[in-house]
Amino acid sequence: MNSTIPVIVDGKKVEVPNGSTIIQAAEYAGIEIPRLCYYKDLTPTGNCGVCIVEVKGQKGFKRSCTTPVTPNMEIITRSAEIINARKTVVELILANHPDDCLTCIKSGDCELQALSQQLGIDREKIDKVLTKKPIDDSSLSIVREPEKCILCGRCLRACQDIQTVFAIEAMGRGFNTEITTPSGSMAESVCINCGQCISVCPTGALHEKLEIDEVWAALNNPDKVVIVQEAPAIRVSLAEEFDLPPGTNLVGKMYNALKMLGFDYVFDTNFTADLTIMEEGSEFIERLHENGPYPLITSCSPGWIKFMETFYPDLTECISTCKSPQQMFGALSKTYFAKMYNIDPAKIVTVSIMPCTAKKFEARRPEMRSSGFADVDYVLTTREFIKMVKQVGINIAAIDDAQPNDLMGSYSGAATIFGTTGGVMEAALRTAYELVTGKALDSCDIKEARGFEGVKEFTIDVEGTTLSCAVAHGLGNARKVLDKVKEAKEKGKPSPYHFIEIMACPGGCVGGGGQPYGSTLERRLERAKGLYDEDGGMKIRKSHENPEIKKIYEDFLEKPLGHKSHELLHTHYIKRDALL
Amino acid sequence: MDKRILQKYPPNAENLLFALHDIQDAEKENYLSEEDLKNIADYFNLPLSKVMGVATFYSMYSLKPRGKFIIRICESAPCHVAGALNVINEFINVLGLEKVGETTKDKLFTVETSACLGVCGVAPACMINDVVYGNLTKDKIKQIVDDLRAKGGSNV
Amino acid sequence: MFRTHALFVIDQNTIDAGAYAVKYELEKEITNASLQNEIKVSETGSINLIGKGVIILVFPDSVLYTNVTVNDVKEIVNEHFLKGRPVKRLVLSESFDIPNITISPAVETTKKQQRIVLERAGVINPESIDEYIATMGYEAAGKAITTMKPDEVVDIVKKSGLRGRGGAGFPTGLKWSFTSPLPGEKYVVCNADEGEPGTFKDRLILEGDPHKLIEGMLICGYAIGAIMGYVYIRGEYNLSIKRLQKAIDDARAYGLLGKNIFDTNFSFDIEIRKGAGAYVCGEETALIESMEGKRGHPRVKPPFPGQVGFRNKPTIVNNVETLSNVPNILLKGADWYRSFGTKNAPGTKVYTILGKVNHPGLIEVPMGITLRQIINEYAGGMCAGSVFKAAQIGGSAGALISEKMLDTPLDYDSLGQWAAVLGSGAILILDQKTEIPDFLRSVMKFFEHESCGKCSPCRIGTKILFDKSMELYKRKLKKQEWEEMLNIANTMEKTSFCPLGQSLILPISSADKYFKEELENYFL
Ligand SMILES: Cc1cc2nc3c(=O)[nH]c(=O)nc-3n(C[C@H](O)[C@H](O)[C@H](O)COP(=O)(O)O)c2cc1C
Ligand code: SF4
Ligand code: SF4
Ligand code: SF4
Ligand code: SF4
Ligand code: SF4
Ligand code: SF4
Ligand code: SF4
Ligand code: FES
Ligand code: FES
Ligand code: FES
Repeated sequence: MNSTIPVIVDGKKVEVPNGSTIIQAAEYAGIEIPRLCYYKDLTPTGNCGVCIVEVKGQKGFKRSCTTPVTPNMEIITRSAEIINARKTVVELILANHPDDCLTCIKSGDCELQALSQQLGIDREKIDKVLTKKPIDDSSLSIVREPEKCILCGRCLRACQDIQTVFAIEAMGRGFNTEITTPSGSMAESVCINCGQCISVCPTGALHEKLEIDEVWAALNNPDKVVIVQEAPAIRVSLAEEFDLPPGTNLVGKMYNALKMLGFDYVFDTNFTADLTIMEEGSEFIERLHENGPYPLITSCSPGWIKFMETFYPDLTECISTCKSPQQMFGALSKTYFAKMYNIDPAKIVTVSIMPCTAKKFEARRPEMRSSGFADVDYVLTTREFIKMVKQVGINIAAIDDAQPNDLMGSYSGAATIFGTTGGVMEAALRTAYELVTGKALDSCDIKEARGFEGVKEFTIDVEGTTLSCAVAHGLGNARKVLDKVKEAKEKGKPSPYHFIEIMACPGGCVGGGGQPYGSTLERRLERAKGLYDEDGGMKIRKSHENPEIKKIYEDFLEKPLGHKSHELLHTHYIKRDALL
Repeated sequence: MDKRILQKYPPNAENLLFALHDIQDAEKENYLSEEDLKNIADYFNLPLSKVMGVATFYSMYSLKPRGKFIIRICESAPCHVAGALNVINEFINVLGLEKVGETTKDKLFTVETSACLGVCGVAPACMINDVVYGNLTKDKIKQIVDDLRAKGGSNV
Repeated sequence: MFRTHALFVIDQNTIDAGAYAVKYELEKEITNASLQNEIKVSETGSINLIGKGVIILVFPDSVLYTNVTVNDVKEIVNEHFLKGRPVKRLVLSESFDIPNITISPAVETTKKQQRIVLERAGVINPESIDEYIATMGYEAAGKAITTMKPDEVVDIVKKSGLRGRGGAGFPTGLKWSFTSPLPGEKYVVCNADEGEPGTFKDRLILEGDPHKLIEGMLICGYAIGAIMGYVYIRGEYNLSIKRLQKAIDDARAYGLLGKNIFDTNFSFDIEIRKGAGAYVCGEETALIESMEGKRGHPRVKPPFPGQVGFRNKPTIVNNVETLSNVPNILLKGADWYRSFGTKNAPGTKVYTILGKVNHPGLIEVPMGITLRQIINEYAGGMCAGSVFKAAQIGGSAGALISEKMLDTPLDYDSLGQWAAVLGSGAILILDQKTEIPDFLRSVMKFFEHESCGKCSPCRIGTKILFDKSMELYKRKLKKQEWEEMLNIANTMEKTSFCPLGQSLILPISSADKYFKEELENYFL
């Protein structure tokens, strides 16, 4: 079979990969066919009817997103008829859509708004047919505004096909269809808060629960000491929103912007990422010595944790008890930081900037109060952070670099790659290998753990013991690995793996549900590259070599898995109802 | 809910529609309760959202309690031109209801409208549970309701 | 041997009229008269006489009783069965012949139907496999499976020119020929969802001659190399489900389904799947989704079910009537079949004719006869006081046709010139008293209710068109809004995902074309 075939798009002959759909083929001819339900990384459903084209010799219009090309197909993407039909479809959609742009969180990023502009729809031609559907803001992470939903189905593809969570589904039929959870409430559902549905939603029908106002209030309150941490993935996800090449690492400018916003202390989640490696690495070493139980599974992705608690509670004993870096940071901010800087912890407000919507949920878990306070007070997504920056007119691209504050701001290369799939595994192996063998790895780079393959499996030899490792990102991929573990367990066989890393989101946190829109896999890869580049260029690339990490054990924690660690840095899990 | 009903079917999603029918029929109030749906999801090892998605898609299933007799009146074109609107009004009148979708206070009757029931030869027509009633007239409707009431009263 | 057979027509209508009570009474009286060894009481399927109460056919006397009540039974037994004198006042006809039962023998002008699909309906007991076999039943399957190669079977069906009777009219043999060469697991699915308003032909085939469908599926299964057949029946068709299930069980008991049929290495079985009230599940890919236990949303095509269907395996989906044509084609040959109907639409078609005609019901006639013939020669003409105004052909998605089209032959192509379609074969006759806007609102309600909601044009379009047609009926619609309705319906035709949303342009545009004057009177 030929790998490319010729097609003719609006009279122009182009060679396109065999198996392309018309919408993809047209791109080779420089034409971006208007679309609404199509999303590059998802199975096309053909729901919206906007992307129609004509194919010579065939009756009627074809949906370009679902129709595969055939050799020498003649495609017409624009004719008066096509354009009128597209406009009428969008007018129909608008007839069933509130005119809330001025106050809509999605305004400016909204694909429906943009499409309406693009097609030149300049007046309301069809009378509105609206149904009142209340906003569901019950969830700590995800807000649903069903009136703005255009039923494109993208969120279902994300939640069902990719994440295999099935929290949401289309209920009812015809005009009364609504995408919702069985109970009608996101809070009372199996939703794991990953926000992948938000990432792909073209409208404001799904978005994160905003905490911007609360953060401004804290910043403006002179009695509060407001400190901030930023997840590894943030530094490589800002550039694209400020007209810089995607994936550019803006860590210094990020610190500066936070200072300009008025945060009293700017630290970095990467510091606690290194700390996580110390704790989790030690857990792993313990299991090595005691020959199990295997596998050890990472715990820093709160989306994954809720997934495990809901669908794989039998695997609880396999999960590392380490809190996520965000929560370790939170607990330390009101203990270690308070002590070292001599600040009343009651006055401290801890804010985190996260690529993640699940972190909002995680921060409010009842277990997450080991400092005696809410360890983390507010969680902002990358998008919320950017909104704040834009609110006050800071142009990140143009400002200077700054440094974080001392104590919890330094990090190793191992920490920074936490932000992408395979990074935690690689970081942990760098440290564990050295702590066990006393020797450094030949190379810090563990290439087998990198890249976006759904499940990455490899082995590594540690002093004659062959360790099997698996890395999965996206929960559909995680299921593949977990089912193998489960099956072995049920049959009384040894675990097929020793160590597993799981990240809820495809690509890991670079693809988190709180990241800037347009977060395709391609974009996620660009961000991941930014992280690997940073790691590669760093002097300190192993967590245990981070001087501030050495210091915190000396001054405060004493030793990994010690008493204080257990109290502040480790947690436990609960079993959740899967029938919600 | 009697879980034995489910065990009739292998736990394969292909049998979901059957199971929903049977469980609903076994419910005294002719509907699928939350508990039913959860049991079904559990038995078939399906996400509850999928089961709910299916149960809310098909018009023969109800997630709200209904009467013992479900009167489904056809309102498609052939029945419409034969006077389906009068039939709807007559049932509502005779049963003392306000509108379609309601259940009588004695929980005996629920009036629903339906698309073509495939018995248009006797339009205007309705189905009450499994039984077809055709060529409906005012008198016939009254008679039907009286008969069912007599029947329903005896074994509720 | 019994001297006389009394056949009760049992269908949804006669049950409603009390057929079982009369049958019980008759059996009792026959026993009382000690005639139980001479007179056999049994059941048969519908003969399409509608609105005639309880119906009994008496053979070999060829007496057709209608409107029989429990009170008449004694008289029938005493007069007819004992004394040989039919009870005149209950006799509709003494002169119908088998198997070509005329639609209403009482009407002089009535022409004979041509029955292929319905040849046994009303003649044999549909619950008796023996009666089916005694009338050449399963011979076609035997011939195909034991003496022909699958390719040859596909070829005959191709040559016969049989086209799908589910609505789209796709050539059946051609469809089979795409699937037949594919390797691996394959399936035959019979589409018995029949949700098109005004259509109940498949129900009557299932109620009247279920073995014929089984035989058709068996032949199809052999021709394409399927391992399993499924019949997806709409949930409301209780009697069809019951009779078909019995027929399947009997066929299995006779070795006609199951392993090594006719001692060959061909194995095939059939199961029933039940719908739950969704018109869109008649669309073949939505039907497959539904069979898999999902919401009935149509799938993306291509791939077509013939390549990727049920359980993602190649699947032939055919209508009940289509498959029921197959046994006769195999038995009597393609040329025989082509001797009926037209060149491009050979064979017969089962129509359901409803509305303001004297004898609404079901007829099977050759393709290509005109609507005027159907009304006058088969349906007893217009009702007294009714003047023909319009007909909707092909169900709710069909076009409204006006008087000037009465002489168009009914087949797939001829109707095309009026932008109408044959669809499922439903014919609804409207008279001068029907207001077109009233009719339209009911049609739009149907679509609004049945839109699956998957695609935007149909989900929102059907809602708006229904709302606006209500306004039209209430004389609150501006002319310019009617133009907007046409634009919306046009857009839906071009951009809806499946034929449900695509086809609703037909009733609207035909109303605009042929009944504009009346509409003008309604505009604000
Ligand atoms: C909305 C919709 C409803 C349909 N309903 C039916 C139906 O009830 N019965 C049927 O046989 N085909 C129905 N069809 C047609 C089927 O999709 C399909 O074409 C048919 O089953 C193929 O069988 P045939 O080739 O034997 O006609 C429907 C199609 C659509 C779009
Ligand atoms: S979702 Fe988009 S179109 Fe709708 S109100 Fe918000 S910004 Fe406007
Ligand atoms: S686009 Fe401009 S004019 Fe229109 S609502 Fe927004 S601000 Fe006002
Ligand atoms: S947040 Fe994740 S789990 Fe929750 S509905 Fe969205 S995709 Fe599904
Ligand atoms: S919530 Fe968003 S992604 Fe989901 S169907 Fe609605 S518009 Fe599409
Ligand atoms: S990358 Fe994710 S898990 Fe790691 S520190 Fe950041 S937010 Fe936490
Ligand atoms: S992968 Fe990262 S962004 Fe996604 S849920 Fe886990 S922590 Fe959050
Ligand atoms: S056209 Fe209507 S029935 Fe067909 S897919 Fe679209 S919404 Fe569903
Ligand atoms: S983009 Fe193709 S149908 Fe929506
Ligand atoms: S934000 Fe931490 S694993 Fe995603
Ligand atoms: S139209 Fe009413 S039953 Fe068919």
